[in-house]
Order: sequence, then C-alpha cells, then structure tokens
Amino acid sequence: MDFLRPASWEEALAAKAEHPTAVPIAGGTDVMVEINFDHRRPEYLLDLNRITELNEWHVGEEKVALGPSVPYTKIMENLRTELPGLALASHTVASPQIRNRGGVGGNLGCASPAGDSHPALLSSGADVEVESQARGSRLIPIDEFYKGVKRNALEQDELIKAIHIPKADGPQQFSKVGTRNAMVIAVCAFGLALHPSTRTVRTGIGSAAPTPVRAKAAEEFLNAALEEGGFWDSGKIITPSIAKQFATLASGACNPIDDVRGTANYRRHAVGVMARRNLMWTWESYRGEGRTLEGAA
Amino acid sequence: MRVNFTVNGRQQEADDVWEGESLLYVLRERMGLPGSKNACEQGECGSCTVRLDGVPVCSCLVAAGQVEGREVVTVEGLADYAKHREDSHPGGACGSVCGGTDLQQARQWQAKGTDGQTGEGGELSPIQQAFIDAGAVQCGFCTPGLLVAADELLERNPSPSDGDIREALSGNLCRCTGYEKILDAVRLAAARQEEAV
Repeated sequence: MDFLRPASWEEALAAKAEHPTAVPIAGGTDVMVEINFDHRRPEYLLDLNRITELNEWHVGEEKVALGPSVPYTKIMENLRTELPGLALASHTVASPQIRNRGGVGGNLGCASPAGDSHPALLSSGADVEVESQARGSRLIPIDEFYKGVKRNALEQDELIKAIHIPKADGPQQFSKVGTRNAMVIAVCAFGLALHPSTRTVRTGIGSAAPTPVRAKAAEEFLNAALEEGGFWDSGKIITPSIAKQFATLASGACNPIDDVRGTANYRRHAVGVMARRNLMWTWESYRGEGRTLEGAA
Repeated sequence: MRVNFTVNGRQQEADDVWEGESLLYVLRERMGLPGSKNACEQGECGSCTVRLDGVPVCSCLVAAGQVEGREVVTVEGLADYAKHREDSHPGGACGSVCGGTDLQQARQWQAKGTDGQTGEGGELSPIQQAFIDAGAVQCGFCTPGLLVAADELLERNPSPSDGDIREALSGNLCRCTGYEKILDAVRLAAARQEEAV
C-alpha cells in the first residue's frame, strides 16, 4: 500500500489520474473501518487532509459552495441558517468524534443509501462538482449522482471538489429512524424542503431503496394540491387528506429490503409517517413566518 | 513510512509505519502509549478518543499518515494538558501544549497518589479526580476515552446542561453501565471548575 499526500488540489488530481484505483481518504470514518477489518486493501490511499480548500465553504448569493471535507460539526455550527436541512441531518450523524472528522464528500463518495446527508442534498437540489485532470470539472445534479448501492456517477479519475447547495428559501426538515439518538445507521430517513420561491416541495428518502431517492410522485401530487388549493398564498393548514395522500405516495417511492436494522414493511410505514410529520413541521413554520395569512386565522 | 507528529506537546517520530495503520496503533504499539484503548476499531465505542489539533476524534479512524505535522493529546498527557491550560490559558485551550509531556514519562504515567484508591496527592487533571471521587470508574476500559471527551466538553462549555453532557459523551460506550456515575463525575468537575473561577 502507498500513502499519497498531495499538498494541493492539482497534485491530488494528478495522483488520481496516475493511480485511478487510489482510494481518497478525508475523515476516514468509512475507509478506515474497511481497512481495520481487512475488507479492503487499496493499493493507494489518497489523503485529502492537506488540501485546505476542501475544508472550506463559501456562502454565495444563491448557493453555498461546501467543501467535501468540511466536517459535520462545522456544518451544524456555521450553516444552520443557510442549509437547515443539512445541518439537522449532520447533527444525527454518529457521535461528536465522528462528526468532527466526517463530511458530505465521504457520504457522496461512499454513496451508501444510508448516508445521512443524502435526503437533505436531494431535497435542496444540490449539484456535485467533480474534477479530473484530463477533462476538467463538471457539475453532476444530485438526481443523477446515485447510480446503485454504493455506486455513484464519478469516473475513476475524478475527485469531488465541492457541493453546491442552494440556500434555503423556506423551511426544511429531516427525520431519521434508529434505535437511539447517537451512533445509529439510519433504518430509514426522510428530508423535506419547501421552496416558496418556486412554489415547490422537494423530498429525499434515505435507506429505503438501493440508492437515496426522491419521492417524486408524492412531490408532484403535493405541488399540484398546494397550487390548486391556493395554499402558498393563503398559508392555510394543509388538509389531513392531502397530508395522508402525500405520505402514502412517499411510502410508495420506497423500494426497501429486510435486513438486520428493519423490515421492508417497517421502512415503508416509517417513511410515510416521517413524510407526513416533515410536511406538517415545515408547513407550520412557513405559515408562521409572517407572510400575509389571509384566511388562515 | 515515517510519521512525524506532536504527541502530548513533544515532537515524536514513528518509523516503519504501515500505510494502512491507524493513529491508535501507532500510539499503542509504536509509541508505547496504551492509554487509548482499542476495542471496536470502527468508531463505535469511543474508547480510543484523543485530541487531534484540539478536536476529539476516534484515533482508530485516523490514518497514521494523516497526522504528519499535527498535534495529538492522549489521556497520558491529559493531566499536564489540563494543568497547562489552567496556568497559562485560563478559560481557553492551548493548541500546542506549550511544555508537553515527555514520552518516557507518559509511558510510565500513573496516578502517583499516596493512595491508589482516592488519587489523593496524585497528579491528576480535575476531570480524572472527579471520575475517582464520583466512583465513575468500574473496569476502567472506557475511562480514557471518556476523560478526553469530557475534558474537551468542559473546556468548550464550562457549565454544560445534562443534555450537553449526554451529547458530548454519546460516542463513548461503557459496558459496565456506569453512565449515571459518569454523568455525576462531569457535573462534579464542572461545579469545581466554577468554584475555582
């Protein structure tokens, strides 16, 4: 095994081009487990810790450019206003020790359906910026990023440079089911973002299909129902029948398996419950945000 | 490969380090510092917790090569680290542990108390003393990780709520189920810290 320690982004791209099988390591919270248990013996480890820009974030006009190595602790502490969904999800990751090391880039690189940040990235409509020495950088929309169980859209010579996440334009929520608050891999998870500026709702489901997915049918139904009923203008309470149908459709978007953490049936059920709760929580804060609430009183 | 890094404030060098080796292995097997415990090797139990550039991390999940040029504080250096913090940086942290703990001393570190049970007369950090006084040590395996995590909590947040304590220690497992006494110990250390100010 060789340990490659590029001092700059350009060096890292060169190293990845030369050794396409090199395994990038940043926080190490996934990669080191596999090495410790002898599940993986990569020929090269590509340490990204020295590349400072991967550890930084920039808050722009419309988006946050998040470095893939920015640890979850920093996201919780610094980006709660801009990225509330991701900040909530970050807080559910493992333990303080793990949150101090792990970041969103590792979730994306590993592409486990159980990664906690995926629902927030899906519901906010993030883009993943990847780069290779040969072909330069490209943006992969999050909807096209997940390709299968632990497979993503990255080419062998590419590295994740940044995650561009639209700043929240409305309330966002995240829920996760597990056996305790800390140190759990999600049995299943759900993220929801209201986008009042476009009058749309986006969702993300974790751990209930081979990849993280959006509940597209549920979104389409809800978008139409909210529009039709004039809910965005009136800020009325969402009727139970709409919420129920939204939850049913969210359950339907799952394609779960039975495993040690839970059964497929349980996951479908729990995703429906979380979908309804997330919708209610976000809608309550949308209604409370001092818009003109005609007809809501 | 060779790795140069600071351990408990002193520059150290580890040779013949395997590229896939963890920081925990280097500390225990190459530096002779077995205070950080090796249990789950997957970040689940927190018994290998150390400070890396001031931040608590699971040393089993840090690749040895990643600590090149960086600073590590282990439980063996905790008493000196806490003393130095109190003397020179009241209310704050010290990035570089200005003085540091000699490796030989760290290897032979023990609570040099006149009484092994109470720690009386020993050179302990306040959190270590509080663990003894509160009876928070049973088999002792989880203790080093808990001490490092709890000390960092009190450095960052001098008067933590019970919720803060639970969250800060949520990555440390104790299989003797001594959590209540551990919470007591952290509360005790926090109260003593406040009294001292």
